[in-house]
Amino acid sequence: MARKHRIPLPALAVASLVLVTLALVLVFFVAPNDADQGFSQRIFYFHVSIAFTSYLCFGAGAWKALRHLWKRDPAADLESYVAVHQGVIFGSLVLLTGSIWAKISWGHWWLWSENQLVLFLVLFLFYAAYFMLRFSVDPGPQRANLSAVYALFGVVLVPVSFMAIRLAQHFIHPVVFTRHGAAFGGWILATYLVAQFAVILLAYTLYRVELAGKLLDLRIRALRLA
Amino acid sequence: MSYLSDVRALARKDLLLELRARDTLPAMLLFVVAVFVVFHFSLPEGSSDVAASGLLWVAIVFTALLALGRAFVPEREQRVLDALVLSPADRSAIWLAKSIATFAFLAAAEVVALPLFALFFHGLSGQAIAGVALADVGICAVGTFVGATAVATRARELLLPLLFLPLAIPLIIGGVGASVVADPGRYLGFLALYDLLFGLLCWAAFEYVVVE
Amino acid sequence: MISAHGVGRIFGEKRVLRGVDLELPRGGFGLVTGPNGAGKTTLLRMVAGLAIPTEGELHVDVTRDRVGFLAHEPLVYRELTALENLELYGKLYRIPERKERIGMLLERVGLWDARRARVNTYSRGMTQRLALCRVLLHDPDLLILDEPYTALDVQGAELLDAQLDELHGAKTFLVSTHDPQRVRRLATCELSL
Repeated sequence: MARKHRIPLPALAVASLVLVTLALVLVFFVAPNDADQGFSQRIFYFHVSIAFTSYLCFGAGAWKALRHLWKRDPAADLESYVAVHQGVIFGSLVLLTGSIWAKISWGHWWLWSENQLVLFLVLFLFYAAYFMLRFSVDPGPQRANLSAVYALFGVVLVPVSFMAIRLAQHFIHPVVFTRHGAAFGGWILATYLVAQFAVILLAYTLYRVELAGKLLDLRIRALRLA
Repeated sequence: MSYLSDVRALARKDLLLELRARDTLPAMLLFVVAVFVVFHFSLPEGSSDVAASGLLWVAIVFTALLALGRAFVPEREQRVLDALVLSPADRSAIWLAKSIATFAFLAAAEVVALPLFALFFHGLSGQAIAGVALADVGICAVGTFVGATAVATRARELLLPLLFLPLAIPLIIGGVGASVVADPGRYLGFLALYDLLFGLLCWAAFEYVVVE
Repeated sequence: MISAHGVGRIFGEKRVLRGVDLELPRGGFGLVTGPNGAGKTTLLRMVAGLAIPTEGELHVDVTRDRVGFLAHEPLVYRELTALENLELYGKLYRIPERKERIGMLLERVGLWDARRARVNTYSRGMTQRLALCRVLLHDPDLLILDEPYTALDVQGAELLDAQLDELHGAKTFLVSTHDPQRVRRLATCELSL
């Protein structure tokens, strides 16, 4: 059931630690102040990185779900679940960092005009229901199928909700690459890329850790029921 | 084509069941009227027409939830779903037939609810009604699918709104947009896109929901 | 027709079946016995295609439209009449000369006079006889019967005996029962869970 991973876990953990530290240093000490928003903008590096990572996790969850349904890959159900779980954890962080940024920039802990925040709220609701669904069914082929199907729905919901929220016509949330345009170069770009890579690596490390733990659980259970 | 005749036979069965039981549709109608009355007292003096339009969508979604919660009850009570799954009919036909039947109930409820809304609050334009029609398709397609999923779990009715509402949010946005904006084309187009995307997804994935 | 090796099934934290082996050729009559909770129903559901084993391999060499499954529940809509129920299944199974066949079956089980009454007015025995009609409607090659005598009244039980006598050898049977004496004479193999 367990898939052999090429990169060993301790190496990942160390690499994550190094990169996250580097990102923190860059964000707080090296990157220049943004003309628009000053210091508050720094949390933005993480906010965007975490958001993108969260999307990646949901995407990975959906991909694993597809492999479960289509190729009957025995490891895929658990991997899909763990990926979605990481997605939700990082999604909560998106809401948290977004909220902090909103408070610093605009004085409110929550802004309905922030498309990304609203989108993540919807996704959070959706994937929270994923867990309720999963825990409401006994482990087995049916639970795996239902979870996989739901994960696929989620991944379709992301762009659809995104479109919908934009159609609701609010444009206050700065969309990173279009708004900053030509000014988005040099250290800002470098810092962002480091932060992004750091968060992705962290997510993958946590994914591997949780997966290992869950696999151990499964082995114990299988031994108990043999 | 035998697929279509399966769908027809199954949809006919669902409509027949409701005709006999006569409980879902009256409940939906009463619910909608009650909700409108609640709206009247919830909306403060001087609320805009837009606010009332928004609340219309709340009414539609929750009335639909009423129907969706009942959709698989006959199949669940005595596991009749097993017999349908055993038959040579394509499993997605079960979903399609149920969606069509639910759409019929929802439309029947709206035939009463929409004029009543116009009476209580304000008139509804053609674009609003087009929005309602398109959104209904999405609500029934996704709702029926999610209803079958919920029925397979221990939590059942508890799970249905939790699974359904996040998926319904884009529909509500599309519907409200179509009702209040001067140029509703984009919203109606969006609703059609939602219906197409999720309709396809439900159709392809229903197989996996009903087999254990 | 049915070939099972090491088939097992776990539901959540509970193990329901373990290491089941079964070989049932065409025309055979498989008898499944065992106490309550031994997993008879689960095994039959897996053979019918309604559940998937969590361990082992199961091959059933027949298409869905040639399987008839008589479950614990009658699997009929209580708000519809006998006729409407059988019409629905008749259409789904694409039975030729549907109305004639339905009429013939209803008459054989003694439900012709009650055909326009809703199933929720039937007695338990009558409902189970209707379930029997549902199972025989499409003339399946593989008949899976889960404790068929439990809900049948005396008339129904005699009918079933007659059907089994008539069809065994020509059709393949997999029957689970509390009362093996009744059908042991027909069994070509027996599985005790």
